[in-house]
Amino acid sequence: MSRRPHRSRKNQRLALIVGGLAFLGIAAALVLTAFEDSVVFFFSPTDLAAKPIDPERRIRIGGLVEEGSVARGPGDGEIRFLVTDGTTTLPVRFVGVLPDLFREGQGVVAQGRLAGATFEADEVLAKHDETYMPPEVADALKKQGHWQPESAAKGKGS
Amino acid sequence: MIAELGHRALSVALVVAILQSTVPLWGASRDDTGLMAFARPAALVQFGAIALAFGALTHAYLVSDFSLLNVATNSHSTKPFIYKLAGVWANHEGSMLLWVLILALFGAAVAAFGGNLPDGLRARTLAVQGMIGVGFLAFMLFASNPFERLYPAPIDGNGLNPLLQDIGLALHPPMLYLGYVGFSTTFSFAVAALLEGRVDPAWARWVRPWALAAWTALTAGIALGSGWAYYELGWGGWWFWDPVENASFMPWLAGTALLHSAIVVEKRGALKSWTILLALIAFSFSLLGTFLVRSGVLSSVHAFAVDPERGLFILLLLAIAIGGSFLLFAWRAPSMEGGGMFRPVSREGALVLNNLLMSTAAATVLIGTLYPLALESVTGEKVSVGAPYFEATFVPLMIPTVLALGVGPMLAWKRGDLTGALSRLWVAALAAFGIGASVLYLRGAPIGAALGLGLAVWLAVSVVTEWTERVRLFRVSLGQSLSRALGLPRSAYGMSLAHLGLAVFILGAVGETFFSAEVVRFVRAGDEIAIAGRSVTFEGVTKRSGPNYEADVGTFVLPSGDRLESERRFYPAEGQRTTEAGIRSRPDGDLYAVLGEPAGEKRWTVRIYVKPLVMWLWAGCGIMVLGGLISLADRRLRVGAPGPRRASWQPAHAGVADSD
Repeated sequence: MSRRPHRSRKNQRLALIVGGLAFLGIAAALVLTAFEDSVVFFFSPTDLAAKPIDPERRIRIGGLVEEGSVARGPGDGEIRFLVTDGTTTLPVRFVGVLPDLFREGQGVVAQGRLAGATFEADEVLAKHDETYMPPEVADALKKQGHWQPESAAKGKGS
Repeated sequence: MIAELGHRALSVALVVAILQSTVPLWGASRDDTGLMAFARPAALVQFGAIALAFGALTHAYLVSDFSLLNVATNSHSTKPFIYKLAGVWANHEGSMLLWVLILALFGAAVAAFGGNLPDGLRARTLAVQGMIGVGFLAFMLFASNPFERLYPAPIDGNGLNPLLQDIGLALHPPMLYLGYVGFSTTFSFAVAALLEGRVDPAWARWVRPWALAAWTALTAGIALGSGWAYYELGWGGWWFWDPVENASFMPWLAGTALLHSAIVVEKRGALKSWTILLALIAFSFSLLGTFLVRSGVLSSVHAFAVDPERGLFILLLLAIAIGGSFLLFAWRAPSMEGGGMFRPVSREGALVLNNLLMSTAAATVLIGTLYPLALESVTGEKVSVGAPYFEATFVPLMIPTVLALGVGPMLAWKRGDLTGALSRLWVAALAAFGIGASVLYLRGAPIGAALGLGLAVWLAVSVVTEWTERVRLFRVSLGQSLSRALGLPRSAYGMSLAHLGLAVFILGAVGETFFSAEVVRFVRAGDEIAIAGRSVTFEGVTKRSGPNYEADVGTFVLPSGDRLESERRFYPAEGQRTTEAGIRSRPDGDLYAVLGEPAGEKRWTVRIYVKPLVMWLWAGCGIMVLGGLISLADRRLRVGAPGPRRASWQPAHAGVADSD
């Protein structure tokens, strides 16, 4: 009589552990397959020029919005601009409303796909603060030797 | 002067916290009642001192004392009163002060209402709560002093990020912190139990109200944040799987698991060490979230300052708290006795399944959130993990969760009858299948939408079925059913409401995800915009001045004749723009209009969304919160000795007071 509860308690613990491991296995499988398709890599315009990217793959690009490059149209709601890292410029097309802090001459990150020579953005990421420079963009500029710390650190109210 | 007083008060709080974390522990180990009794007044004094400091900082904000660096950097004299008040926590230092204030509030609450806790457990719990306080008070005093002076004082401040100038700022952070930091209490109870080496059903009964209070506040806090993002950011989204959102969602998942496993400990004495572990994990997630948000490793609207020193400090606190508690767990947990036996198919089994699913979900969210940080620090490669990852991992786990959620409450303790439960749920199954099939074939909806709606209906009908069985509706007379309904414990209603809230939430999420429509157009005044079979007329743009901003106001006329206004604001003090969307909410869906940039030739960019059923998303969260509050009001879950002052503590406890 005294042995049975002991044994079944052990069994119960074993069942819990096996159940837990099974779930971890499922989770691992889900995570791995999801990573395969959904991790989005970041490229600077120079990276893209150097190495072709599968046009099916969603990527992020970033750099500075070239002064005077923002144009609207021809399509309804369509916006085109150039993103530069100082060495290479990349034309970007976007249909939508730009984030409030989108400015010419400022850093930008866009997500989408490369279609030929143009980057078709489906998302232009908002910066949350005037003084904030996306770290990816800062790195890309540094790599091309066009990084000016003061332009990133300049105060609010510009 | 007042600022210096606030600073002194913080120092006093630190000293008291150090005493609170040592003297009662010493007393508990020697079984010295006098030393143990020190914990309660210490917790109250610590809270009083931090409240004083918080009051001092609030005063500085209200009178715009720009001789304080914190005020000068984050406030402006023209800011409306409410944002001066809420601006106290809209910056790194102030938000940490709110953090420790709420930490001390929970400590004080345990001290005040823990009258019927055993002396040893109370002393140890408060000591652990004191230790967390020591860590964060030291962090404030040495690395994030909100009372630092600035000389000479500027004429005016730099202002507050206009995105934050919204009523959401007054509600979302305090509510979120009540939840986040609330899990410190369950953590302290868990560590105290490990120190004592004893966990029994009574322990679970004392812990449950705190877990429930924290969970309820966290649910409300997350929902408020989501609603705020929805109307303020102008993208019409309600959840972005942004790392900062995930940081608050992980403690929620762990807290949800904790809430359910604590029931098993209380009712059946089983799952003790697992429940302890969950209590440790829930607060560890809170600490991790604090680290991710406050250290500046992530850039977002929530990260106010990027300062490596601070990040390191919080990381150190994180390592001590998590590492220490897990080591203690590894050392003590094996000696804990197992509890009652149960079959896999039983109420306990269903709660274990809930726990496994919640923990697995939390793990997938954790991996997705930390992976980019880990990859960058190892290889330097920059990646982002966005919604597609979480939709592919988290959402599939929720399908079995919701299916099991319908059945779980129908199973008996110890040994349940799955076939019997399923056969009593035939109405739910039929309704779910009917709805799913009809949206799939009659409306041509995507399979995901059919599945989601089917799950929502399954869950809602199951909840109602379970309730009708409890009151034996139509089996006994209506009067008898009514008296049974009135006799049901409040926690039963709390559970039903929380589960029903999830069903309603799913309804809203499915509607928004699968049936939304969006158009972007360049329009002139008078143009018509067609969307989802409707036509919205753009009436043009006028100027308007706010208290501290100038705005272009775009007016839209809906088919019903209603008008919607969307503003593009410019805040000169901060030099920033924000967008205020125009939203018309109705039970069948929202119409959401955004005025964008001028597009030349008197044209404006406008964006219109139709978002079906979206309001049910937040209504569902509201129902869950209501469920939490009603459960808190259950007599059997009373925290401790009744006291008339209880109601004034915090909303999450308001329900506790009225049961006395």
